[in-house]
Amino acid sequence: MPSQIVSLVVNGERREFIAAPGVTLLASLRESLGLTAAKRGCAQGACGTCTVLVDGRPEVACLVAVETVAGRSVRTLEGVAAGGELDEVQNAFVDCFATQCGFCTAGMIMVAEALLDRDPDPSEADVVEAISGNVCRCTGYRPIVIAILEAARRRRGAVSR
Amino acid sequence: MAKLRGRGYASVNYPTGMNLGGDPSQALIHATTTGTFVISLSSVDLGQGIKTIAAQCAAETLGLPIENVLVDTADTDTGPHCMGTFASRGTHRVGNAVIMAAAEARGVMLEVAAEELEVDAADLETDGTGFIRLKGAQEKAIHITDLALAAHFKHGRTISGRGIYLKEPSAPVPETGEMDPDSCQAHACTAAVVEVDDETGVVEVLELYNAYEIGRALNPAMATQQVEGGAWMGVSHALFETTEPYYPSRDHGPHDFAGYLMPGPADIPVQHSLFLERPAGNGPYGAKGIGEMTANAPIPAIANAIFDACGVRLESMPFTPERVLRGLDALRDT
Repeated sequence: MPSQIVSLVVNGERREFIAAPGVTLLASLRESLGLTAAKRGCAQGACGTCTVLVDGRPEVACLVAVETVAGRSVRTLEGVAAGGELDEVQNAFVDCFATQCGFCTAGMIMVAEALLDRDPDPSEADVVEAISGNVCRCTGYRPIVIAILEAARRRRGAVSR
Repeated sequence: MAKLRGRGYASVNYPTGMNLGGDPSQALIHATTTGTFVISLSSVDLGQGIKTIAAQCAAETLGLPIENVLVDTADTDTGPHCMGTFASRGTHRVGNAVIMAAAEARGVMLEVAAEELEVDAADLETDGTGFIRLKGAQEKAIHITDLALAAHFKHGRTISGRGIYLKEPSAPVPETGEMDPDSCQAHACTAAVVEVDDETGVVEVLELYNAYEIGRALNPAMATQQVEGGAWMGVSHALFETTEPYYPSRDHGPHDFAGYLMPGPADIPVQHSLFLERPAGNGPYGAKGIGEMTANAPIPAIANAIFDACGVRLESMPFTPERVLRGLDALRDT
């Protein structure tokens, strides 16, 4: 099979690049488009650090062949800080000390964005379930759960104002 | 069949730094022309927070806002030497080296300010907001940005400093083996509350109480991160993690995250953590090391709590349901 030109809408912008057959969405983002926020952890869908949103849904980009999502909308961590300003989730991660080495952080924030997009007022159990596919070695998870609940509060507050 | 609750505790003494070769680390600091102080280090920040601690130590010593400090750990080929990030030594060694470098740079900063303000350097003080002022005459002051520009373009001075921390190497006494192996020791105690299901053998850690004596906690929020993240690792080692197979064949060992078990966000205990601050005489602003010790005490505390709950004394990690059930069977047989 020859390589083909794949088109994606990445963080709101149409991007075209040449993809070898079977190349993953993660490799395309990192190597063809230079977007390195999504990390390659286990490369088998078990650690969650490569999580990006495809049409708003969290996907482990290491398991997605990029040609299967051609033409669709992909959101990465680079698209979260609009105009260079951190959003509520990112600021809550900073304020709640929810990051240490940072390797899981991009994936954690993307699943949090997807959760808050569909449920602005999640319970603690909802947050735990949302991040249950993402592995963190440093924090013990508690600060991450607290940060996402705090981000939800802040985002609801911003909407009501 | 019941869920049995138990409590146990364990304590740990942990050395800060090591003895071999003196265990040195260096730091260099210099001011840019706009008054940002760049600390060059070869010490690596892998999430433990050494860049933040180095910046805090420098800002405190210089008497400037932390925003005026930039930490550069980019290159171990070209940076001043550091032995490495191990032995819970970073805060202690690097902190001391940074304080020494920043103290030298502060001396130059005050000398140049004295020339600019036409006063004696001994009469100057820093106010922590970026100004160097004449004591008792608050309007006689210069901002670090103006001062750094003047140092470079007018006085031909570099506002810079060199720092190193070297522990005097200690050879063992041949007859006794006696030596001085570390710089100070931190102490901690963890109490664990567990629930043991005597039908399934599953152990759940409900609560951890962590008390740490780490000299002065230079950044209490980050110290808490270390304690609670490390305690999670302890729980993980106590109950889940092993690279060895559960059964004789190594083929049954874990090969990936699906088989290598760790507690997830739904398995975390409630943690209560506090610090007892007894500053160490040779620590940077009194700090001792905290990094590695945090995963230690939770493990024997959990083993003791399991014993308290159901009488099973486990001596091999992890404390799997199978081991708990075999222990309960052995108790019934006796």
